[in-house]
Amino acid sequence: MANNFIVAPSPHMHSVESTRSLMRDVLIALIPALVVSTVVYGLDVLKVTAIAVASCVLIEYLIQKYLIKGPSTIGNLSAVITGVLLAFNLPANIPWWIIVVGALVAIGVGKMTFGGLGRNPFNPALVGRVFLLIAYPVQMTSFPQPTMSKFVDTFSGATPLAAIKAGGDVASVDLMSMFGGVMAGSLGEIAAAALIVGGGYMLWRKVITWHIPVAVLGTMALFAFVVAIFEGGNPALLYELPAFHLLAGGAMLGAIFMATDYVSSPMTPKGMLIYGVGIGAITMIIRLWGAYPEGMSFAILIMNAVTPLINKYVKPRRFGVMSK
Amino acid sequence: MKTFPVGGVHPSDNKQWSNAKAIEVLELPDVVNIPLGQHIGAPATAKVAKGDKVLTGQLIAEATGFMSANIHSPISGTVTAVDMQPNGQGLRQMMITIKREGDEWMPEIDRSKDIKRECELDSQAIISKIKDAGIVGMGGATFPTHVKLSIPNGCKAEYLIINGVECEPYLTSDHRNMLERGEELLIGVEILKKALNVEHAVVGVENNKPDAIENLNKIIASGKFDIKVEPLKVQYPQGGEKQLIAAVTGREVPPPPGLPIHVGAVVCNASTALAVYEAVQKNKPLIERVVTITGKDLQSPRNLLTRMGTPISKLIEMAGGLPEGDVKVVNGGPMMGRAMVNLDSAVTKGCSGVTVYAGVDAHRVSPSPCIKCAKCVAACPMSLEPYLISKLAKKQMWERLEQENIVDCIECGCCQFTCPAGLPLLDYVRYGKQTVMGIIRSRAAAAAKK
Repeated sequence: MANNFIVAPSPHMHSVESTRSLMRDVLIALIPALVVSTVVYGLDVLKVTAIAVASCVLIEYLIQKYLIKGPSTIGNLSAVITGVLLAFNLPANIPWWIIVVGALVAIGVGKMTFGGLGRNPFNPALVGRVFLLIAYPVQMTSFPQPTMSKFVDTFSGATPLAAIKAGGDVASVDLMSMFGGVMAGSLGEIAAAALIVGGGYMLWRKVITWHIPVAVLGTMALFAFVVAIFEGGNPALLYELPAFHLLAGGAMLGAIFMATDYVSSPMTPKGMLIYGVGIGAITMIIRLWGAYPEGMSFAILIMNAVTPLINKYVKPRRFGVMSK
Repeated sequence: MKTFPVGGVHPSDNKQWSNAKAIEVLELPDVVNIPLGQHIGAPATAKVAKGDKVLTGQLIAEATGFMSANIHSPISGTVTAVDMQPNGQGLRQMMITIKREGDEWMPEIDRSKDIKRECELDSQAIISKIKDAGIVGMGGATFPTHVKLSIPNGCKAEYLIINGVECEPYLTSDHRNMLERGEELLIGVEILKKALNVEHAVVGVENNKPDAIENLNKIIASGKFDIKVEPLKVQYPQGGEKQLIAAVTGREVPPPPGLPIHVGAVVCNASTALAVYEAVQKNKPLIERVVTITGKDLQSPRNLLTRMGTPISKLIEMAGGLPEGDVKVVNGGPMMGRAMVNLDSAVTKGCSGVTVYAGVDAHRVSPSPCIKCAKCVAACPMSLEPYLISKLAKKQMWERLEQENIVDCIECGCCQFTCPAGLPLLDYVRYGKQTVMGIIRSRAAAAAKK
């Protein structure tokens, strides 16, 4: 018999999932938001996304080949996701060279410096975005008008969060339009409905669990609700303020796609809840009392830094030891 | 539907290759090799020497102490050797070799097909008959059954749980036994109940065997058995002892050295219950068992009633031979079975199946860096953090491993199965667990000396 006997310890079966297949599912989940954004802002969206993805992949390839001198890692698609998420955090009219700088910081500083996928303590796309926000504040915060907007009068170039920060009134905001994605903002963050659809797909495919998104959004809603109670006065504010904060800015994009980044989030369900609550609370504190109108990116990066501590102290309940 | 509290994975069950194939009797082997260590505990002591004539069912090796098991001749003939020979993994082990001459059984064994329901024996007599028959757990763990049935002082058995879960993908031997020999199996359960003096007997069956569940329920109704059949969710490792107890009773066995009896449970495999029936009612020792020979690349997977000691190669021959090229022949199922190099090695008491993989399926997936996806943590049915203990074992950080409860690991393989990076998590965890258990043992020995 011409047989070559393979011997290895069990298990002898493996699930069909691979790093690549998980990353592919995340990319599929990002498509609805990309489509809505393209409808709202036009073809600029695709241009920005293409530039971001191409630069991220190229930079990872070059660093891996010439600096790390290891086998190519771009096949696992994680650089593509970083590219898409970076693009989603940029205005659609951003100059192309800023995107390339952002990709260099995201992949070069945020990821490859630490040894590549799996070792980066911070979400690379957010490292890139926050760098750009601080380095190019003007370009990063002047948003184009939605080409199909019927709300040109309401927001002249400012995001809903910036408008509120400048003294606007929540009651004047059309929450349904925000849900559908017709508002000013970074190109990927505007379409709450599409992001939720993507999140549902990832839950169904078991790419992510519910813990982080629910903890982030739940904390934000609760926070806004309590603030609304203290503001008093208009009873409609009790639901309008939480809804506004969930729909505005990067709340959905952050909670569903950025905070759930595998590498930089905790490992146990309990840890994920703590992490999510932290992100929600910090975001609201920055939004309500900080210098910036939006705090999602900072909140996620801060909690990324706390993740190792959470992993160290938050352990699953040991099997067979019942809590009293 | 009931299931265990944490973790678990859903490998495709692949039962379709053999679950509709009725049990067939495999022709008798000409030569058998019987390892003396086929069970957990001390290997048995040989009672025969080269040249001795033996009958089918004759005691050829005696239990060495309490934590051991008797071994009987599966065929009649002449002992040709008692020496060291390679086992399935190629490791040398003490074995008795017997050359077959006909098939003459010990006279006291009742070979008739009549089903005998009544059992007049008391608990002690039943346990001693089970011990004499050399019965061990036939699900693969091979824990001597008489030891399990001897309840330590201060403990009381409340639940007898019969493990008909068969959560290992591919394997169907318990399934076929529950389907074809349900009545005898249930009488075996009644006998075990009597031996343990328990009120509740539950047969746990994974819900991918509706025909077996229906069959057992029908026999229970018509035969007025006081036994409950519990359909369980299809989820691996539903048949893990601790998982099964938790699923059926809601109680969790305390961490090692905690035992099932500490939560009032005794678990026996379904095929073991059948062997108990044969031993107690028919005086038949454990000399044959149903073995599933399966794999998607085999021509004819089947369920074979096989005498112990039959070479694995004979089963493979019956299934149409090995496919060409790269193969992995696994003694047991794909999740916990052991890959073999020596196909002349014998079917033993714990061998519920032989699973054959060919081509790319025979190989592991290639590993890539851990992406901290936490899927291993979610999959672990013992609430461990496999990514962490695997890394700590690699770094040989034994103290940390003990703190992280590595001894709780049941080596079910869920973590490695689910790992999208294809990392050999369990390889390192096993290494760490064995080392830490050794440290704990030597610490206890040192403390005992003082």
